[in-house]
Amino acid sequence: MKYLLKHIGLYLAAAWASLTINFLLPRAMPGDPVTSMIARMHGKMTPEQIEALRKAFGFSNAPILQQYFDYMTHVLRGDFGLSISAYPEKVSTIISSAFVWTLLLGIVTLILSFVIGTILGVIVGWRRGGRLDSILPGLFNFLGSFPYFFLAMLTLFILGFLLKWFPLSHAYSDYLSPGWNLAFVGSVITHLALPATTVILVSIGGWLIGMRSTMVGVLAEDYITMAEAKGLPEWRVMFQYAMRNAILPNFTQFGMSVGFILGGLILTELVFAYPGLGFYLIRSVMASDYPLMQALFFMITLTVLAANFIVDLLYVRLDPRVRVS
Amino acid sequence: MPTDQASGAGAGSIVRSAAQNTPLLLDIRNLQVEYLTPHGPVRAVDNVSIAVQSGEVVGLAGESGSGKSTLAHAILRILHPPALITGGEILFSGKDTLTMNMTELEQFRWRSVSIVFQSAMNALNPVMRIRDQLLDVMQCHGISKAEANRQAVRLFELVGIDPQRLDAYPHQLSGGMRQRTVIAIALALNPPLLIMDEPTTALDVVVQKDILQQIVHLKERMGFSILFITHDLSLLVEFSTHIAIMYAGEIVEKAPARELFTNPLHPYTVGLMNSFPSIRGEKKKLTGIPGSPPDLISPPGGCRFHPRCPRMMPECPVKAPANKAVAEDHTVACYLY
Repeated sequence: MKYLLKHIGLYLAAAWASLTINFLLPRAMPGDPVTSMIARMHGKMTPEQIEALRKAFGFSNAPILQQYFDYMTHVLRGDFGLSISAYPEKVSTIISSAFVWTLLLGIVTLILSFVIGTILGVIVGWRRGGRLDSILPGLFNFLGSFPYFFLAMLTLFILGFLLKWFPLSHAYSDYLSPGWNLAFVGSVITHLALPATTVILVSIGGWLIGMRSTMVGVLAEDYITMAEAKGLPEWRVMFQYAMRNAILPNFTQFGMSVGFILGGLILTELVFAYPGLGFYLIRSVMASDYPLMQALFFMITLTVLAANFIVDLLYVRLDPRVRVS
Repeated sequence: MPTDQASGAGAGSIVRSAAQNTPLLLDIRNLQVEYLTPHGPVRAVDNVSIAVQSGEVVGLAGESGSGKSTLAHAILRILHPPALITGGEILFSGKDTLTMNMTELEQFRWRSVSIVFQSAMNALNPVMRIRDQLLDVMQCHGISKAEANRQAVRLFELVGIDPQRLDAYPHQLSGGMRQRTVIAIALALNPPLLIMDEPTTALDVVVQKDILQQIVHLKERMGFSILFITHDLSLLVEFSTHIAIMYAGEIVEKAPARELFTNPLHPYTVGLMNSFPSIRGEKKKLTGIPGSPPDLISPPGGCRFHPRCPRMMPECPVKAPANKAVAEDHTVACYLY
């Protein structure tokens, strides 16, 4: 319980710090979005219009503390203001639809690559020096160090453009409207298949290598030898004794990766024109759309923190030794 | 089963004239274990023969790296590549364990032979409760959960730990308690033979003595036999019936404990004796053995001990001496005798 409270406090402090940095950074930069918008209008704006825009975007000459206070109350209410690049759309509207697609792509790829990579790592580590061990780590390492955009464009070109097995862009077919029916879900899956597969192929290697190396370390422990000497079946020694101990570092890594889902798929979303957060992040940076950028960065930090917090909690369940210290 | 090799030459087991008809509990004959390394095979156990009779405590002593633990692992067939059993036989109650298939082997392990590891801290799975580590071995050997739980309580009472500690994790126990726990797990299926691989090395002297007394007590009560592996010869003299001395993968001397203690013959045995203070007996100067154990990739020719031997003779580096019976049950591989 004390552990829990201490951690909640820590994470709240981290969230506050990132919010504050998020507030200060744009204000430390030269220029502001309104000025760049005025520039785009080639001076065809009246002072009144400029003042109205400034107000709409929350720029004011109020003291910095007052601004900070306003900003915080708005953020806590989930109000990130208006987008500049997609003016007058609200930032929260853009984000909420993009969020769903990134989350879908991110979670599907992360879970599949984690599960596949970890299990392969367990098997390869268990039979270290065997035939699988001489093939799999090298293969996935190669795929992982391959320039990702090249792999992505190659699969898109061959499987999507030449063979026409998979759609080329978007999250679902333009002819369908979202809903819980077979046609729509099927369309989502076929649209997801290519981007997801490329990400999984590239990221399996990391899980596999990580798991393999901790497995090899754990297998040298006496409790593995003892488990085997007890006459336990091989699969039980492999999973209940070896993997159960070896998975801890991979699990931490998993938590961190959950956090990076939101910001980590930029290239994928760009190549496959998948309408996720990464897609909008690029757009907001190009258009110096500060409200959107701020909101996106805030979402990313928040998920990193939330994911780490959950892993911290689960870690206590997984490793009894953490509970005392 | 021929049990008449009391003369002990070559394949000489520690075989006493007593049990003529019943097979020995454990009978290892000319066992050979090799580690296949990139620099060539390393023979960690070379032509070792050793036997344990029902009710006996057989001690196996030698320096680190002499192949003691490899031998112990070979008995349970838990060696992994690159280690390979390349020759010999291991008979348990007359049954050859080297020909067992996986299912037979899983049944054989722990039910027939269990093992107590050197460091109890590492022998227990840190993320599992003690109870689960006791229960899984009983359950996978066909004991019902309810019965296994009752047995777990009995075992903890037997080794002198409060059964409430069954639900603790290994890190919550002291070193001595962990070692008792490991012993309790080893006794879970009441096996006829326990291998103890330096069971007290990681403990301080007081706890060490406690645990040893407990082992002797449990042995008298439950009647199992022990193969006791250690580098501390003085421990063995205290309570073993027979002692074998291992050097660089070979057994260089075998004798009844008292005989070995009063009349050590092999210069290596003498060296080991002088490396430890004896608990009883007069004060003596500890001398130790100069040099270090040989590199087993290219062991010295002839007798493997000759580079460190204080009484080396011209023939020692040329040809390895054979095992020779010098007295009843006492064999030694040395040209001095």
